[in-house]
Amino acid sequence: MISPPQPVPGTAGRPPAPPSAAVIARAPRERTSSWPLVDRVAYGLCWAVGIGLCLIAVAIVLFMFFKGIAYLHPNLLVESPAPSPRQSQSGGFLDPIIGTLIVAAIGIAIAAPLGVALGTWLSEYGRPSWLARTVESAIEIIAGAPSVVLALFGLLIFAQSYLGFLSTTAENGGVYGRSYFAAGAVMAVLALPLVVASTREALTRLPDRLREASYALGRTRATTVRRVLLPAIRPDIATGAVLGLGRIIGDTAIITVLLGTYLDFEKVGNLPLIGTLRGTGSTLTSYVFNNSPAGEGNAPQKAYAAAFLLLIIVLILNGIVTWLTNRDGQSEGLGLSRVFRLIPFMPDMSG
Amino acid sequence: MPSRGLVRTRRWATGRTDQRVERILGALAVAVLVFIGAMLVTVFVKAWPSFAHNGLSWFGPGGNVDTQLRAMQEVKALPGHSIYYFRGWPLIWGTLLTTILAVLIALVVSTLAAIFLTEFAPPALRRTLDPVIRLLAAVPSVIYGLIGILVIAPYINNHLISDARKDSVLYVVQLNGADVMTATLILTVMILPIMTAISAGAFAAVPAAWREGSLALGVNRWRTIWRVSLHAARPAIVAATVLATARALGEAVMLAMVAGGRGFAPNLLDGVTALFEPVRPLAATIFQNSEGLTIPALGHTIYAIGAVLLVSAAMLSLAGWAAKQRFKRYGVRA
Repeated sequence: MISPPQPVPGTAGRPPAPPSAAVIARAPRERTSSWPLVDRVAYGLCWAVGIGLCLIAVAIVLFMFFKGIAYLHPNLLVESPAPSPRQSQSGGFLDPIIGTLIVAAIGIAIAAPLGVALGTWLSEYGRPSWLARTVESAIEIIAGAPSVVLALFGLLIFAQSYLGFLSTTAENGGVYGRSYFAAGAVMAVLALPLVVASTREALTRLPDRLREASYALGRTRATTVRRVLLPAIRPDIATGAVLGLGRIIGDTAIITVLLGTYLDFEKVGNLPLIGTLRGTGSTLTSYVFNNSPAGEGNAPQKAYAAAFLLLIIVLILNGIVTWLTNRDGQSEGLGLSRVFRLIPFMPDMSG
Repeated sequence: MPSRGLVRTRRWATGRTDQRVERILGALAVAVLVFIGAMLVTVFVKAWPSFAHNGLSWFGPGGNVDTQLRAMQEVKALPGHSIYYFRGWPLIWGTLLTTILAVLIALVVSTLAAIFLTEFAPPALRRTLDPVIRLLAAVPSVIYGLIGILVIAPYINNHLISDARKDSVLYVVQLNGADVMTATLILTVMILPIMTAISAGAFAAVPAAWREGSLALGVNRWRTIWRVSLHAARPAIVAATVLATARALGEAVMLAMVAGGRGFAPNLLDGVTALFEPVRPLAATIFQNSEGLTIPALGHTIYAIGAVLLVSAAMLSLAGWAAKQRFKRYGVRA
């Protein structure tokens, strides 16, 4: 009945999946008709919840697709937003799309290397251990900190006079503190816990014989990490980065606080790229918010179109994560994907 | 050819590089602590005037909180009060109400979902649910908010709130579907993925022998789950609840869109009507006042709200982290 787990090609060097998966999956199905009524009701509720979750997800995606297809005109993608009370004259969302890309690029460029470094330290060094435990809980705090509060903190930092070169400086010397630089940097804090968690998870999962083999060849610890361990967990780092990207792209609170409410690019100075980065603007999320009935624009059709685009990006990122995880064929016991563990760091709550 | 790398490491294998790498990485780790420390300190320093002027009454009820915030925005103190006068209870109550209701519903639903996912779901459905839950976790909150304000709130307004109910509170507050009910429903969907993921990880990690022992005694599968697995997974469920509460406290955008946006404290003694009344939780208040941060009194008050949220969320995160440490020995690294 319990067959020994077969080594899966391509997963050599990883511990085999716990046998419990096989046992449960193959257990002969017990008929529920013999159960007491209460148990059968509970069993039915479990099914209802499972199906219900699928239905909610399908409903959200289908609804946004229908609305998106109805309202997303190609020229919305190439026009800049224009302030106008009429929906037909308020332009498209070219600037928000570019803004989303800018913020995502800055955020992940900071979060990915930093996250990998921290994850490596936690898993491979982690001395003294009290410091490691403190840092671990600190990352948990960052993951749980409301993004709107992170944004408030970011505003305080970037309004310091010596950081004035990253945003606008008023004539009286006051620093505005709001710019794409500021937003991107604070976004990095959002993505950090995901990269740290996935790096650390993956390193912890690597068998010790990999390290020992490398040491036996005379390699130092640092070289082992760089040449052996990090290359081995590249897909996991990518997974963490993509999940972080998803969180950055979905955040609204940081954008609204750190970019203000103008929807088009407000450039600072004459330098082409730097001017945009020092200036303010919007991203797809803040565009959706501004055009929803809760925002100032109140143009639901535009909001639906932009939200549709946003959802497509999220779906694509989700697909990439699935592909990355399936590629190395490793799954949790019971066939749950490994990414499942990262969900607690993932939700785009608070923003 | 590995020889080049090998030769180079040999020459450097004196341990100096190694130590330097460890120090650099360690310094980064310390920087994370410094970051959190700096965040707590600066937010509190910026928030202090608001706490200093109001004392503990900051958290209590008194007057209309929206009027107080507007007075700060217009830099015109309310008669008989300082410009900092602020009584945050309606906002706190709104936060508690939406968070607790959503977490309670999500606790039941996510436990059932985790049981279904790990015990009952056929493999094909399990493979479907996995990306579905990840998708629900990844949908931006502004999209949840958009659906809430354009679909769910109008539906509740048209079909669930009777005219008689609207008339009964006509002189107190206007009911329009953007209310505690809508906010709670969407918040529940938003925290379900976290709770389900942590619980499912714990259910999957319950030693198979424990369950098999119970099954071998003739206990049916549901009773086995209820008596054995649920018991073993309890610390994880506690951790899931605590972490989800922290996340729900910080939700700003969705709640700013669908919760009604009024600093109103629904009275639970009104029964069902209370669920149809608008609120504005703390995080949503920060979000909606982000334009006014440069106005001194308003800015300090907003930072005070931020400090309260930051401390609560940090406490809950730490508690959840501590609870998670307890079931690490089962091999669950949720």
